[in-house]
Amino acid sequence: MIRVENLTKRFGSRTAVDNISFEVGRGEIVGFLGPNGAGKSTTMKILASYLPATSGTASIGGHDVFSESLQSRRRIGYMPENVPLYTDMRVNEYLKYRGALKGLGGRKLRDALASVKELTNLVEVEKRIIGSLSRGFRQRVGLADALLHEPDFLILDEPTAGLDPNQIRQVRDLIKNLGKTHTILLSTHILSEVEMTCSRVLIINKGKIEASDTPENLVRQMRTAGGILLEARTAQDDGAALLKTLPGVREVTEKKEDGWQIYQLRLEAQADPREDIYRLAVSRQWEVRELSRLKGTLEDVFVELTHADH
Amino acid sequence: MLKFLTLWNRELASYFQSAVAYVVLFFFLLATGWNFQWVITLINSAPTEVTVVQGFFNNFFFWFPFVLIFPLITMRTFSEEFKLGTIETLMTAPVTDLQVVLAKYLGALVFYCVLWLPSLLYFVFFRSITGSEAAGSPGSLWGAYGMIFLIGMFYIAIGCLASVLTNNQIVAAVISGVSVSLLFFLGVISLFALDINQGLKDLLSYFSAIEHMGTFSKGIIDSRPIVFYLSTTLLILSFTYHIFQRRRWKN
Repeated sequence: MIRVENLTKRFGSRTAVDNISFEVGRGEIVGFLGPNGAGKSTTMKILASYLPATSGTASIGGHDVFSESLQSRRRIGYMPENVPLYTDMRVNEYLKYRGALKGLGGRKLRDALASVKELTNLVEVEKRIIGSLSRGFRQRVGLADALLHEPDFLILDEPTAGLDPNQIRQVRDLIKNLGKTHTILLSTHILSEVEMTCSRVLIINKGKIEASDTPENLVRQMRTAGGILLEARTAQDDGAALLKTLPGVREVTEKKEDGWQIYQLRLEAQADPREDIYRLAVSRQWEVRELSRLKGTLEDVFVELTHADH
Repeated sequence: MLKFLTLWNRELASYFQSAVAYVVLFFFLLATGWNFQWVITLINSAPTEVTVVQGFFNNFFFWFPFVLIFPLITMRTFSEEFKLGTIETLMTAPVTDLQVVLAKYLGALVFYCVLWLPSLLYFVFFRSITGSEAAGSPGSLWGAYGMIFLIGMFYIAIGCLASVLTNNQIVAAVISGVSVSLLFFLGVISLFALDINQGLKDLLSYFSAIEHMGTFSKGIIDSRPIVFYLSTTLLILSFTYHIFQRRRWKN
């Protein structure tokens, strides 16, 4: 269990993490979602015992990350963003070195190396110098390093940053698999990733946690998520203005496409003005070729919560 | 212990995998070779009281490169890790700050010793070619190398301290270069400045590397320089450790 209580981190006058509290339970994959500068990496660095907190506590598996930092570090696999590596070492050499630092040796080290290289598809580059590897491979070396000593907890800072779609899929599947046996906290600003891999999402903005729930719940609760799509021919009418008068309609955007007007309506909470729209269309004799509900996405939630003037 | 050895091993390996090490090695050997040739020429040209060993370790061609190599050896020890960001993966592994600091220090120290090993060959060659001893007594040779080691311990510690203060290798090199030079010249003052009072002169001679080397290379093993170098090394190392911790855990 990863437990964070009233964690605050200040850098001089700037508050990077502002009194946040959360828990990641056993076997959960929790996604830390937030814009750049929100405080995700800082929180993770504190959890990894790299930065000290200004106040509050954080513990991993019951060990406080500051006062019992060695015990805590033994149980974590941490992958920092920008995956810093020793570029003059070979992959094998580096992983062996890291394994030894984590307390592995002899047969255990050899087995761990083999399994981790297999898992992250590094076997083909195992003898290459890290400096000559592409971003994708370096990322995988960082991931392999985090997995080496089979830690219970994985803290991954933007594990798919800079990867191509194939690699992203591989890493995502890997994380999903690992989630069955590990407790994972990962950070990202790729929303689809969170929807696909995480059982729970923590949305963080300007150092504060704005929301914490499953992706589905968040989307459902978000009042402005989703909307209505209307494709109609409104002849002389100003469709957008008319639609806006309907109860429950917050905002209408209009696009023209080969003679048809495409309207996207954003709604008030729990509103469903489809019937009203239909009646309006009939009364004004519009031709309608599509009237459908747009499913809300996590992106809507994200944008809503982290909007600049929020 | 095992982790410390792993760290230490890695430090050493990274020296020998870097181009800088070989460049330093090359020019250092060039300098010591030149020094040796110069001493032989000196001894051949006129009767002197000094042995080859004494001549070798007590002239300008010895001290000048000697003082210069320390920044080059130590500048990257901590600075590079801070700059590259690899300090983050290092310190999130279950290793203690002490293990890291000691491993980096001892890595540099061992490299320094490796730098000096080939010079032993000069004296071996001298003996096999001329049939006479390069040193006046065994204590002279071991005293000289012992002093090399002691002074090295101290100056390498200073280099590590400089390195832990900054992310920039060049700045580290400058800080350690200036510090080592200052300390070195502190000792030189006692030899040249004739108008300062005797008490001050005596005090300064305690710091004088030149004087220490002078006595040790004669075969006089004095415990005072030994204590001086051991204690100052420990002091500088503890400063290095504390600053490292401060950079790590500063709130």
